[in-house]
Amino acid sequence: MFWRYEVTGVDTITLHFGDAIDIALVDRIQRAARTLADKLEGRLIDIVPSYTTLLLRYDLLSDDLASLVAGVSDALSALPETGAEKGSRQVIEIPVYYAPSVGPDLESIATHSGLTPEQVIQRHCSGVYNVFAIGFAPGFAYLGEVPPELATPRLATPRPKVPAGTLGIADTQTALYPLESPGGWNLIGRTPLSLFDPGRERPALLEAGQQVRFRAISRDEYLELGGRLDDLPWASELPDEPDTGDQK
Amino acid sequence: MTNQPGFTFTKPGFLTLLQDGGRRGAMHMGLATGGAMDRHAWAWANRLLGNPYGTPALEITFGGVEFRSHLDTQIAVTGAEVQCAVNREPRALWSTINLKAGDTVSLSAPKRGVRTYLAVLGGFQVKPGLGGSCATFTREGTGGLQQDGRPLNAGDHLPCSENQATVPNRKVSDHWRPDYREELELSVIPGAQIDRFPARVLETFFSEPYTLTPQTDRMGARLKGPALETTGQTLISEGTSLGAIQVPSDGQPILLLNDRQTIGGYPKLGAVTPRSLDALAQRAPGTRLRFRPITLHEAQLEEREFLEFFSRNL
Repeated sequence: MFWRYEVTGVDTITLHFGDAIDIALVDRIQRAARTLADKLEGRLIDIVPSYTTLLLRYDLLSDDLASLVAGVSDALSALPETGAEKGSRQVIEIPVYYAPSVGPDLESIATHSGLTPEQVIQRHCSGVYNVFAIGFAPGFAYLGEVPPELATPRLATPRPKVPAGTLGIADTQTALYPLESPGGWNLIGRTPLSLFDPGRERPALLEAGQQVRFRAISRDEYLELGGRLDDLPWASELPDEPDTGDQK
Repeated sequence: MTNQPGFTFTKPGFLTLLQDGGRRGAMHMGLATGGAMDRHAWAWANRLLGNPYGTPALEITFGGVEFRSHLDTQIAVTGAEVQCAVNREPRALWSTINLKAGDTVSLSAPKRGVRTYLAVLGGFQVKPGLGGSCATFTREGTGGLQQDGRPLNAGDHLPCSENQATVPNRKVSDHWRPDYREELELSVIPGAQIDRFPARVLETFFSEPYTLTPQTDRMGARLKGPALETTGQTLISEGTSLGAIQVPSDGQPILLLNDRQTIGGYPKLGAVTPRSLDALAQRAPGTRLRFRPITLHEAQLEEREFLEFFSRNL
């Protein structure tokens, strides 16, 4: 497997596997991360995957740069560029209630893309997304890529409050806000699932390298699955269902 | 909630957080690492009491704390120079202090420095959370006394360890007590992205003073000084290192600190060493800073010396 490293701190190096965002890298980086976690067990404090990189934080009481790089080199040398288990990755299905009441930018994305809100929903649900990276906040998964017609720039002014579970689009990526936080993504819906729960054995529902598919659900199913509508910080006059009046 | 004796806080201070050595193995979930900002003062407070490196203590920003002890124990107060009193009797910092049940301890606002550390014999008895740490993360709403990221509040009860063998009374020699008024030169390990900056920009960075601004917190230190010209281009986000020097498009550097986001995409000049960040944690906004390059080898020797010293108990 091809990689190069950069020194990024007193006890960190960053491994680079490519220079551009590429779905093939997601799988490669995941296999490298698993191999390193296994073969350098106890020597790495943190392994942080991102789009093209893996950040490794090591223990200065047991390694210096030379011994760590030698260890990484040994671990990764035998690893092929593509994995045998490709395609066997399980796809996580996330139910989403797409509606202006929980996704106040649904209509504007429709306008922006020249589609009806129904078509926006249908296209957003049509693909399988890869978790490229986790960051920004606990459990916040950057998913890519949305169909090109749905790509929409970030809001000029971020909203001060976005409720947990809200689904958004920014440029070619889509993501769910795991916890209530400020946010500048275009909001189109909301999942009733808990994306981050510190009390769970695996607190974050999504991890880098996983695959995700969205399933549109009705308001009733959203509420049945425990979804909330009583904590929406924006204007309450937004309709519950998208305006599909122009559809025959 | 707990019957364990401890300290009840009547004044929680401006920002008082439980902190330890920070999380390990949790960054991939998007969880910050956290931990004491000035490890030097924090580690000495624990060491005085014979607590192992990593023991949770209180990080008290800008002082103003008062609490009552419900047990006989010992504490140590280090870091920012506050006036410490037990039942209104002054006590020395950087030394063990004996407490009796019923004693009231008060810490004033600091005269010098920013963060005061308060450790207790045997450590505060708080269940570690994510990443094996009880560090408090206000932005994430995780960690700390109630595992919800809240700073200490008035009325909070912090459980302590009972029936611990006391340690002999001792103090840290003056040699190890930093002067927080000294001008600070931060050591920088140059990063690979340094070649994204023209030579004259690097010359500016390593020769001109920068000022620590009030927009500085546990996530990052924002500096003000001669603008550092960059290509202005953001990069593909990657995992962030402690001390990384980010240069956003306005050219004013930001140092990424303990509670930084786990990935980021601004060009980075290099990383300030953890030992320099320990010293920076005691500097108030307005402080003038300078930077000097250091080799990775030197930086690792210095950091290893620190870790080895504090991992051996007194």
